[in-house]
Amino acid sequence: MSPFAAQGMTPVATPFFFYMLSGLAIIGGLLVITRRNAVYSALALIVTLLAVSGLYLMLYAPFVAGVQIIVYAGGIMVLFLFVIMLVNLERTVKERQFNRMWPVGLLAACALLALFLSVYEKGKGLFERSAYLNENFNTQNTQTIGVMLYGEAHRIGPYTFAFEIASLLLLVAILGAVIMAKKRI
Amino acid sequence: MAEITTLHYLVVAAALFVLGVIGVLTRRNVVIILMSIELILNAVNLNLVAFSRMWGGLHGQVFSIFIVVDAAAEAAVGLGILIAFFRNKETINVDEIDLLKW
Repeated sequence: MSPFAAQGMTPVATPFFFYMLSGLAIIGGLLVITRRNAVYSALALIVTLLAVSGLYLMLYAPFVAGVQIIVYAGGIMVLFLFVIMLVNLERTVKERQFNRMWPVGLLAACALLALFLSVYEKGKGLFERSAYLNENFNTQNTQTIGVMLYGEAHRIGPYTFAFEIASLLLLVAILGAVIMAKKRI
Repeated sequence: MAEITTLHYLVVAAALFVLGVIGVLTRRNVVIILMSIELILNAVNLNLVAFSRMWGGLHGQVFSIFIVVDAAAEAAVGLGILIAFFRNKETINVDEIDLLKW
């Protein structure tokens, strides 16, 4: 019996929503790699990102879903659209879209998919254990992630050092992007 | 319909990952290659969050936040390189980027 049925709630994580969201994500991914115009690819990628964020909500990860929407759909995709606007050429739409070695690439990717599927087929029993859900998993998600990143009153969390390193990485990335995109330094 | 297990999420993530790999290996447009890398990173994130749900902890979710940070840094630097290159050679096709080719 699921924890929701005990509280008289209907769970949101129904198979219907799962199949709808994953279908949206995969169709969006297909459109990303097949469109001629990069703007349409970017819009398809936004659909994929929103669908994946819905999947995060189904996995009871509301904070990660919010980060996905704000950082990816709101930040990174706007950056992409600006760059597409800056470098868009009329002639790239009319040219060949795939490189000369595309059959080899497709074959390699299919081999990778076969590898994944055979691993999942062999390890079926491992991955099919039912999800473990403790009580405050849903209500205190953001708080627990914050404690893990920043730490509590008098001690640092397990990921505080990694968090500071990540801020350093972002600083270096900002500097690198500005220096490379600037005409004269 | 049967209950959705971790395996279902893993298969969706594998599909997204392979789509991203196909995009990286076959397209010529650098912007679309960078978008395919974002697809790959999203597939990794989906795996991490699904496993974090399976084991009932939050470590996978914290890791997925770090991967989002990495994706942002990678996109910023990649697009900066692309703009610098476009200014010099007026092209965004990877097979025309052959300055270092002997």
